[in-house]
Amino acid sequence: MTALNINGKEHHFESAADTPLLWVLRDVLNLKGSKYGCGMGQCGACTVHVDGRPVRSCITPVGSIGAAAITTIEGVGATPTGSKVQQAWLDLDVMQCGYCQAGQIMSATALLEKHPKPTDKDIDAGMRDNICRCATYVRIRAAIKRAAGLPETDSREA
Amino acid sequence: MRPLLHDSAEVNVSRRTFLTVGAAAGGGLLLSFSLPGFRLGTAEAGEAAGAPILNAFVRIAPDGIVTIAAKNPEIGQGVKTSLPMLIAEELDVDWKDVRTEQALLDEEAYGRQSAGGSTAIPGNYLSLRRVGAAGRQMLVAAAAANWGVPAAALTTASGVVSHKASGRSAKYGELAAKAATLASPDLATVALKDPKDFKIIGKPIGGVDSPLIVRGEPVFGIDADVPGMRYAVFEKCPVNGGKVLGANLEAIRALPGVRHAFLVKSPEGGRGMGLKDGVAIVADSWWQASKALEKLEVKWDEGVVDDQSSDYFARTAAALADKAPAKVARQDGDVEQAFADAARVVEAQYEYPFLCHATLEPQNCTAQVKDGKVEIWAPSQTPGSGQKMVASMLGVPATAVTIHLMRCGGGFGRRLANDYMVEAAWIAREAGEPVKLLWNRRQDTRHDAYRPAGFHFFKGAVDKEGRLTGLRNHFVSLGGWAGAGEFPAGRVPNLHYGTTSLPLRASTGALRAPGSNESAFVYQCFLDEMAHAAGKDPIAFQLELLSTPVEPAEDAGRRRFGMSADRMRGVLELVAENSGWNMRSRLPKGTGMGVGCYFSHGGYFAEVMQVTVAAGGALKVNKVWVAGDVGSQIVNPSGAINQVQGAVIDGISQAFAQITFDRGRVQQSNFHDFHMLRIDQAPPVEVHFRTTDFPPSGLGEPALPPAVPALCNAIFAATGKRIRRLPIEWTLKV
Ligand code: FES
Ligand code: FES
Repeated sequence: MTALNINGKEHHFESAADTPLLWVLRDVLNLKGSKYGCGMGQCGACTVHVDGRPVRSCITPVGSIGAAAITTIEGVGATPTGSKVQQAWLDLDVMQCGYCQAGQIMSATALLEKHPKPTDKDIDAGMRDNICRCATYVRIRAAIKRAAGLPETDSREA
Repeated sequence: MRPLLHDSAEVNVSRRTFLTVGAAAGGGLLLSFSLPGFRLGTAEAGEAAGAPILNAFVRIAPDGIVTIAAKNPEIGQGVKTSLPMLIAEELDVDWKDVRTEQALLDEEAYGRQSAGGSTAIPGNYLSLRRVGAAGRQMLVAAAAANWGVPAAALTTASGVVSHKASGRSAKYGELAAKAATLASPDLATVALKDPKDFKIIGKPIGGVDSPLIVRGEPVFGIDADVPGMRYAVFEKCPVNGGKVLGANLEAIRALPGVRHAFLVKSPEGGRGMGLKDGVAIVADSWWQASKALEKLEVKWDEGVVDDQSSDYFARTAAALADKAPAKVARQDGDVEQAFADAARVVEAQYEYPFLCHATLEPQNCTAQVKDGKVEIWAPSQTPGSGQKMVASMLGVPATAVTIHLMRCGGGFGRRLANDYMVEAAWIAREAGEPVKLLWNRRQDTRHDAYRPAGFHFFKGAVDKEGRLTGLRNHFVSLGGWAGAGEFPAGRVPNLHYGTTSLPLRASTGALRAPGSNESAFVYQCFLDEMAHAAGKDPIAFQLELLSTPVEPAEDAGRRRFGMSADRMRGVLELVAENSGWNMRSRLPKGTGMGVGCYFSHGGYFAEVMQVTVAAGGALKVNKVWVAGDVGSQIVNPSGAINQVQGAVIDGISQAFAQITFDRGRVQQSNFHDFHMLRIDQAPPVEVHFRTTDFPPSGLGEPALPPAVPALCNAIFAATGKRIRRLPIEWTLKV
């Protein structure tokens, strides 16, 4: 039996210790919001928080987590920053296909927890590991600024 | 060669819309109608028999809530929002009172299939507005009958009918039951709003599924869940069309969680995008199936692969450079004479690689085969053709195959093929259990219908006045297709376009703006070279070409497919103005601006990029300006700008990516070697639309093609170095 603390709730399940957290979330615990994109830490679609840090759940064995607190896209709205980010995503109509956006929202929330008023450089560094195949990057950048209460202009403009 | 898959191939556009009216379950008004352009599979048969399949509906409930359901797959292009907007506008209700319903929740009478494509807006702009207007007309008629006043004395707004003279008013919900008893109006004669009175069309409206997605609710194909389902992986021959000879199945079956392991031999030979040979592993979890896959040893018969490597393709193409093409696509005047008489002649070789689609959601499908019935949950752009393919492979009638449309985590043309659908159905039948088949990223990268690769050998001539007098292009194609009418054909007196195709084992297919995305790169870059040879500003040079009368004369009736020079001039002039094109000489050393323009899918786009190449060769795209013309009305400006910005950044991304082959095997496998643009590499994109008096056209594709040449021409302006070969390196050797 493995036990994990996810979104403030204790979950018990059977699984080999080397199973990546992503597959336990999706296929054992029926938390399907975290997405599979690459399975090797390249795309960020599977991003969750472990003790507040953004982590690629596709390469994180369940056996390595222990008692740390996991937050997923299903639970992030319960945090003030997470819910602000979700609202900004809706206000600016960020999504196209939407498949990457759970991971984007998780990375953006972790970024804002660390840098409540991020610069464009902070956004670059915090969001670089999340691919959006539909390339909604212009709105992702603006939505992070909106959630932070900053003007939405792109300071990188020449 | 024609594309194996084309974005419009599945859309059998019919201009007729059928409407029936009745009472909705639970009271209220139900308008059922057929959606032109979305009639597939059994629906066509039904129509031929004189019984149109009504594949969409609008329900007005007693509480005034309007529910609109349509069967079109959502792949990220926003049709699930923009098509209902058309109905709601003419019905004259508030968007907040509109709900959209998933097609898969509706199983009874409305047919099961639909498909998307860049034809959604042009194909439905008028017909869906008419459906909404018909509903409004019936609600007005119901009020007129109730109050004994003429319908003409009544007005509507926000879901309320009012009679100004008597001060009476009634909500749609109160009138719906009465309206349901009236005869339905003739769709051809219903009155439509004047566009200046629009309250929903032309306003930015957020995606209807977005609130679900930000909470992580399961809406995508990969999220499908069927009781008792197991998880499948399917390994195919690394060389397209190779045969499976055997595998260590006994050893695989002994691994933890594995339920089944078996060979799949394709009854149809395994070329194209149908069922192919391979090995299926079915396990209790996808992770266990994936672990077993690592231990799988397969013996393949790959067939002949000696002539299937990227370096072989390049050598063979180079040897053809000076040879006559196998096929002449177009010939005007005497191009050799033009070269002989020219003031300047320019020769250049352009090439671009294969690309995969890399939808972020890998191909997947959930299938169940029980009692001769097949049930499928799939993210697909063309479920109608998937249904036929599954039926013929499994030897069941198409009516025995039910397809649930799941939201697609990206399409880009990949999900026009339904190979994953037929695989899942086959594996589920063999396993005797419902299965969810999910490809891993390596498989997704290596088993695609690739964007074709190509080589173009150009020669151009300008005279003393700097006019383009001759143009030759020998296109050596790997699975691609050539347009005989590629701009500036017809505007150059002496022209020769020819094609030679090389044999290719891999499948090729449509990638966002198929044909256009590669043609725009080579033609717009070579025209930029000719402009410089002529000593002219590249925009002025293209405007001049566009002002040249075209031979044969443009057929006005075919405007949607033929290019209008006026509209192209319009976007070029607009982008020049917005980008400060005429001030570009003031840019610092190492910074330059480039332009590209292109007409595709009914849309006109011109784009200017500004790039800086630092001393060490590091490349940065500073900003992009876009001017577009998609006709008289942008239905949803929020979605429209998102599509355009995404298409432009997607275009930049394409210019840095490649798929290569070694003896028939794809060499890339994941995002570490097939690169996608990241947020720090994505520039700001400023979008302007030019409104013109033409029917609205789609936006999923046409903004992409000009991005690639604008980027390459900007690099030339910044460095003096021509980019004639894709992919570009982020660090340029200058
Ligand atoms: S699926 Fe985990 S980083 Fe891509
Ligand atoms: S919205 Fe489609 S991948 Fe980001």
